[in-house]
Amino acid sequence: MSEPLLFEISTPGRTAFTLPQLDVPATPLPDGYVRSELPLPEVSELDLVRHFTRLSQLNYCIDTNFYPLGSCTMKYNPKVNEKAASIEGLIQVHPLQPEETLQGSLALMYQLQEALKEIAGFAGVSLQPAAGAHGELTGVLMMRAYHRSRGQAQRRKILIPDSAHGTNPASSAMAGFTVVQLPSDSRGNVDLVALKQACDDTVAGLMLTNPNTLGLFEEHVLEVCETVHACGGLMYGDGANLNALLGIARPGDLGFDVMHFNLHKTFSTPHGGGGPGSGPVGVSERLVPFLPGPIVAREGDRFYLMTPEKSIGRVRSFFGNYGMFVRAYTYIRMHGPEGLRSVAEHAVLNANYLKALISPHFPVAVERTCMHEFVVKGDVPGTDVRALDVAKRLIDYGFHPPTYYFPLIVREALMIEPTETESKRTLDAFARAIATIVEEARTNPALLHEAPHTTPVSRLDEVKAARNPILCYRG
Amino acid sequence: MKLDANARYTESHEWVRLEGDAMVCGITDHAQEELSDVVYVELPEVGASFNRGDQFGVIESVKAASDLYMPVSGEILAVNQELLNSPELVNKDPYGKGWMIKIKPSNPAEWDSLLTPEEYEKSVTGA
Repeated sequence: MSEPLLFEISTPGRTAFTLPQLDVPATPLPDGYVRSELPLPEVSELDLVRHFTRLSQLNYCIDTNFYPLGSCTMKYNPKVNEKAASIEGLIQVHPLQPEETLQGSLALMYQLQEALKEIAGFAGVSLQPAAGAHGELTGVLMMRAYHRSRGQAQRRKILIPDSAHGTNPASSAMAGFTVVQLPSDSRGNVDLVALKQACDDTVAGLMLTNPNTLGLFEEHVLEVCETVHACGGLMYGDGANLNALLGIARPGDLGFDVMHFNLHKTFSTPHGGGGPGSGPVGVSERLVPFLPGPIVAREGDRFYLMTPEKSIGRVRSFFGNYGMFVRAYTYIRMHGPEGLRSVAEHAVLNANYLKALISPHFPVAVERTCMHEFVVKGDVPGTDVRALDVAKRLIDYGFHPPTYYFPLIVREALMIEPTETESKRTLDAFARAIATIVEEARTNPALLHEAPHTTPVSRLDEVKAARNPILCYRG
Repeated sequence: MKLDANARYTESHEWVRLEGDAMVCGITDHAQEELSDVVYVELPEVGASFNRGDQFGVIESVKAASDLYMPVSGEILAVNQELLNSPELVNKDPYGKGWMIKIKPSNPAEWDSLLTPEEYEKSVTGA
């Protein structure tokens, strides 16, 4: 039973809010600005509260159920983060206050910058970008500025493996680069032969996600970095999958020149529902002068804002998504170095455990020990059941579907990332649901084609929605 | 997988057919099947010129968005306006009503280096 729209429960004359008495002289609006009719829903306060409460109860989130959405790292967001983010002194400051009155807030930003530098092995960090793809664009713009500063504006190409997140080519194109796609080899790594052929003095750099979207560690990552550096290019790291490496390997040490962090993935700030996200960028020594400002610097006990000399400029108003810095910093300090390492270890362990349970039902795309996630072929041979049907049926068993039809290089892909915060009990239940669904596919495929059955609305016509979208309420 | 015996093909799943001095291009039956329901097609301006292998448009399905590549170099003589309102024609009739662009080739000899139907089928099935 779906929740009616406010328009549908509207009764003329009802109101949920009473304006206070006018205590200033009335000033009529000029003619032409006043509408004779304003078709807004009219409901009582209680109607309104119940409507939104019921909607919130329909919400599916990490606090209610398992959310194995590949490459999204939907880990639990500890409540202590929220407690820290609501500390009075942190929420009552204004970004335009004088610096000397913001010292506590700036100190937190400084400590977070330092922590991210240490975790990923970089020489500098800017917290400005508002989310992951914004961090990518920022990083790619720094690469452009770096090459231009050296008189190498002819470096117009960015190499991107075919397993990359779609945001990588989008960010490159947005920064004015031409994208050259690199194939993967049979073990899911970047094809080194193709890489060597593509490397020349027109290459600005390569964008690599490690582990990649197949959940596999790039076995030749050092050689890839060396090859790109040898032709004068820079290495961009997509930090979306950093959760697998925390405390174990540092992208800066591997040879990456720039990487964005997803605080809303790796560092447990809320993900989805508008977050907001936060996508700080870390850089190696040679890109430090190009970082977007302001950055927090320290002189003795004083913290101050500065912008590096060759900065690409601001990429975000004020200081970035500050509330997320507080949450991520809390997460880092609550875990400490050993704790962060065990986050990565358990993320990898959980993924491999779940892979072992699921691979008898769905073949794994590339049979290797995985990192924090894995990709399977999610159709059921001998039936007309596809990965989409399996994903939708999982909803009936109380699980959020995994990412499906991505990465594009795997047919009927289901991309599963359990994260470290799930228990063995949850993983077992998920694997049992998969086994049951595969059985259903053989005995009663219609059940899957029409799934989900337990939600307020059943299978939606996605084709019709995409071809003829109706984006406004039509009364 | 359906093939048009009179067409030539690319590794990136476009087909091309000779029509007088011009060439007509679309995407293959195999490509539309892999994409599933097509919901949007973006085509170039008439008069635009491209090199072989350049991106000339975008096709979007419920599964994925993909680039469309020029099978030969040349100028765009016409585009299939019907696809703007009826992208499903690509699924229903990929070699007919689902055609995308008409090209005036700048180097007609490029035709000879395109894949024959047999070669294309082999490249898809790996057989």
